[in-house]
Amino acid sequence: MTEQAQWTEVCALADIIPNAGVCAKVGSAQVAVFRLVSPQGVEEGVFALGNFEPKSQANVLSRGLVGDLGGVSVVASPVYKNHYALTTGACLEEEGLSVPVYAVRVVEGLVLVGAAV
Amino acid sequence: MFDSPRPKLVLVGHGMVGQKFLEQLHAQSPGAFEVTVLCEEPRPAYDRVHLSSYFSGTTAQQLSLTPDDFFACSGYALNLGEGAASIDACAKTLVTTKGRTLAYDTLVLATGSYPFVPPLPGKDRAHCLVYRTIEDLEAIAASAKVSKIGTVVGGGLLGLEAAKALKDLGLTTHVVEFAPRLMAVQIDDLGGRLLRRKIEQLGVTVHTQKNTKEIIDGETAHHRMVFADGGHLETDLILFSAGIRPRDELAKSSGLAMGERGGICIDNHCRTSDASIYAIGECALWEKKIYGLVAPGYQMAEVAAKQIAQSSTPSPVPHPPVFTGADMSTKLKLMGVDVASIGDAHAATPGSLNYVYSDEVAGIYKKLVVSADSKILLGAVLVGEAEDYGNLLQFALNAIPLAANPEDLILPVREGGAKKGLGVDLLPASATICSCNNVSKGALCAAIDAGNTSIGALKKCTKAGTTCGGCSPLVKQVLDAELKARGFTVENHLCEHFAHSRQGLFHLIKMGSIKSFDAALIAHGKGRGCDICKPAVASILASLWNEHILMPKHQAIQDTNDYYLANLQKDGTYSVVPRIPGGEITPEKLIVIGEVGKKYGLYTKITGGQRIDLFGARVEQLPLIWKELVDAGFESGHAYGKSLRTVKSCVGSNWCRFGVQDSVGMAILLEHRYRGLRSPHKIKFGVSGCTRECAEAQSKDVGVIATEKGWNLFVSGNGGMKPRHATLLAMDLDDATMIQFIDRYLMFYVRTADRLQRTSTWLDNLEGGIDYVKQVVCEDSLGIAAELEAEMQGLVDTYECEWKKAINDEETLKRFKHFVNSPEPDSNIQFVDERGQIKPRNALTKETV
Ligand code: SRM
Ligand SMILES: Cc1cc2nc3c(=O)[nH]c(=O)nc-3n(C[C@H](O)[C@H](O)[C@H](O)COP(=O)(O)OP(=O)(O)OC[C@H]3O[C@@H](n4cnc5c(N)ncnc54)[C@H](O)[C@@H]3O)c2cc1C
Ligand code: SF4
Ligand code: FES
Repeated sequence: MTEQAQWTEVCALADIIPNAGVCAKVGSAQVAVFRLVSPQGVEEGVFALGNFEPKSQANVLSRGLVGDLGGVSVVASPVYKNHYALTTGACLEEEGLSVPVYAVRVVEGLVLVGAAV
Repeated sequence: MFDSPRPKLVLVGHGMVGQKFLEQLHAQSPGAFEVTVLCEEPRPAYDRVHLSSYFSGTTAQQLSLTPDDFFACSGYALNLGEGAASIDACAKTLVTTKGRTLAYDTLVLATGSYPFVPPLPGKDRAHCLVYRTIEDLEAIAASAKVSKIGTVVGGGLLGLEAAKALKDLGLTTHVVEFAPRLMAVQIDDLGGRLLRRKIEQLGVTVHTQKNTKEIIDGETAHHRMVFADGGHLETDLILFSAGIRPRDELAKSSGLAMGERGGICIDNHCRTSDASIYAIGECALWEKKIYGLVAPGYQMAEVAAKQIAQSSTPSPVPHPPVFTGADMSTKLKLMGVDVASIGDAHAATPGSLNYVYSDEVAGIYKKLVVSADSKILLGAVLVGEAEDYGNLLQFALNAIPLAANPEDLILPVREGGAKKGLGVDLLPASATICSCNNVSKGALCAAIDAGNTSIGALKKCTKAGTTCGGCSPLVKQVLDAELKARGFTVENHLCEHFAHSRQGLFHLIKMGSIKSFDAALIAHGKGRGCDICKPAVASILASLWNEHILMPKHQAIQDTNDYYLANLQKDGTYSVVPRIPGGEITPEKLIVIGEVGKKYGLYTKITGGQRIDLFGARVEQLPLIWKELVDAGFESGHAYGKSLRTVKSCVGSNWCRFGVQDSVGMAILLEHRYRGLRSPHKIKFGVSGCTRECAEAQSKDVGVIATEKGWNLFVSGNGGMKPRHATLLAMDLDDATMIQFIDRYLMFYVRTADRLQRTSTWLDNLEGGIDYVKQVVCEDSLGIAAELEAEMQGLVDTYECEWKKAINDEETLKRFKHFVNSPEPDSNIQFVDERGQIKPRNALTKETV
């Protein structure tokens, strides 16, 4: 496979509001992509997790509020407010609960999502 | 690891007390003994006290008292489904029900008790059951499925709990009691009478002074219970709850000293007549007493564990702990009725005197038993309201001298009166705060010193409040008082990002003219923020500056409901609630709602707030739906916001023959004035046209009731989880003054309340209470009335419908789609039909696409 085929271009970075998420269709998967920006306005990276939130069994994670808890960057499920770490997909409140993490990168202002890691 | 073979300890019975013993032993001397546990039941120790909750859905797993890794960590061997069959005390061996022989150096008996079934002819018929184990409950549930009528034999504490279980299982329920009153042991005649009335109101039939002679085939039901007085009762299921008897058969056959009426005799060290055998919990008899409660059993477990642990160390401690009896006070909720009994409830102490307060209208009975000089509280009975249990118990247990008028302790407090009772600071360190787990105030203080400064950490560390929960309010009071005494301001920080209370932050944001979350974070916080502080700051910004919540800088801090201006449902769809001010709506507008619902296939329901909710809209449908609604003259109902919800009205003087003012007109005026106001929590109003109060205004944050002369204004009512009747703020107001007062009241609340604090809890926690609010709102004691009114007027003047604005803004509309890179809808949203409308498809039956 070529580099090209593994990455799906989903939107422009500017299409994601700072410190919020969007849901992207990547193949048949739904991927929640979050953009972090510091309060001072410095870009701090993009993160991608599965959009399906296992506790509520609904495709809603991209609509959660992002933030940090004890230094870990997280998104809060909008349904039951449980938190998932943006880097590992692990749920902070419930051991064993997690969502998949996807490779993601920004190239020339475009957001590319890769395979689940 | 161990030089010499470790002493062998066998525990017979793994119930509540057995498990407590193991935990204590492991904490005292981990690894010192080779421990074998014989557990006759098929599962490890579980919480019998909360057994009834099994019927309301608590699982056996959730009732378990045994931490998953306890046996792995302690190295103790647990044998499930294997009991002890006989003991040879001379040889120090026992034989198990599986025929194994075990040798012991120390033996601990924690065999508990069994339900006593009176020796009646017919007691062994099918559907004659008892109530002690999870298996018993399974049998009851199975029997209830084929029964219509259930009868509990025994009207004591457990019997009434069993009756509740039968009632909840849908049976017509009877209680048959031998004595002349219910709960004869714990409460007195008058209290028993009130309890009986309350229980009968719930639909349970109580038969007292009934002696069952035999049980035979029934004519209309499975059984007929024949009473000694010639009467009878037909029933399908019989549940015996006629007391408990110690399970002492093992001990008896092995020659240990027994009580006359059963029970294994123990000394102050919980040792039986054989020095190598201990007995603890409900099977043990101490000074001729059997304790049928868990707290004394836990104390015995602790004493025995310490004794045994010390015997294994070379230098015994000079003062080994002893069991000195236990307090039998109890507080419980029986079928929704609070009942408590403390100490000498029957005034058996010579010379003791009673104070009695009885309110048969409200169904409250309280009695204090005091010493002859009325200085010391000896006992108490509380029925119908037992909030004061914790306080009174402390007075009794610690012999704290009573103030001049002990009756104040049980008389109701009049509105605005000072809270009576006992500050926790007064309690000595030795005072037992949690009797279930024997945690003293001193132990709580030590745990607080060790850094357990949140209620969760404190409970986890000390176990206080984790059994019956009755002491929880007191534990919290001790924590708050101790933190205060240590110079901490009691933790009311918003979250880890802002070391300020909501009130403090409100002030800082206002003074600093801060207009965005990022600016607030830079100036007063740290980190990135979270799902607690972001919506809280968003709400403060909206209360102060009223900028559209969807301005780009505010978007990412809104909870999903505010972000999509709709309420998220369990399946990821949203609901749509247009405002219907005062509940008044034209037929034309009703038709529009109906047509929109039909067009988009939405589930339609009349809400509890006099308006209509449309459920099941996908994000991409929201703007289309709202465009149609806004074009027809509807506005956002803010069902998604922490803001004004509805102003409920009654029909009032325009139509109603009793109405004295136009309540609908006033409701619409108020709803228009305060719509869109962002606040710490949601706000609801009600306006009634006369004192009959059809709008239930006294259960609302702001309640208005018409009088001949104007309006009475009530505040801080609440329905919901903890209902509170609203408190009267002012009477006979004209329209203008009333609006002035409401402006001030609401703005004062918005400024000073905590996040997610309704006006009811806000008022209950406000120092000075309603008197203070009256001074600020009606008398302008702080000199801020004009400021509050101006702030409110500013918000009223800048109101705009959020949806009207949203559907006219291209940028905002962009976000209303599920995928950023595709117009498709979310295939996971699927519906099924029910009663002609949609409902979310169950996750298990969803088609995966
Ligand atoms: C739709 C409705 C039920 C219905 O079908 O009738 C409803 C639905 C919800 N209520 Fe309610 N409540 C509804 C009337 C009420 C009432 C009755 C009333 O307003 O007269 C009460 C009791 C009165 C009161 O608030 O004092 C009520 C007390 C609650 C509470 C408990 C509040 C409390 O202080 O204890 C919550 C939980 C909360 O807010 O924290 C709650 C929370 C909710 C939430 C927001 C739960 C959630 O997060 O999903 C539900 C949102 C559903 C939605 O998407 O619209 N709802 N809720 C009612 C909407 C009324 C409206 O037109 O806006
Ligand atoms: C429905 C219900 C509600 C209650 N509510 C309250 C309350 O609100 N407050 C309160 O303080 N108390 C309450 N109690 C009482 C409380 O549950 C008991 O006081 C407590 O369980 C006693 O603990 P224990 O370990 O002595 O006995 P148990 O918990 O009964 O444990 C004894 C165990 O020993 C086992 N056993 C017996 N003989 C043998 C043998 N030969 N070999 C092996 N194992 C054996 C038994 O099977 C049992 O598992 C309630 C009880 C019930 C049934
Ligand atoms: S009562 Fe509970 S379940 Fe029903 S609408 Fe209100 S919050 Fe939802
Ligand atoms: S008194 Fe029962 S848990 Fe504390």
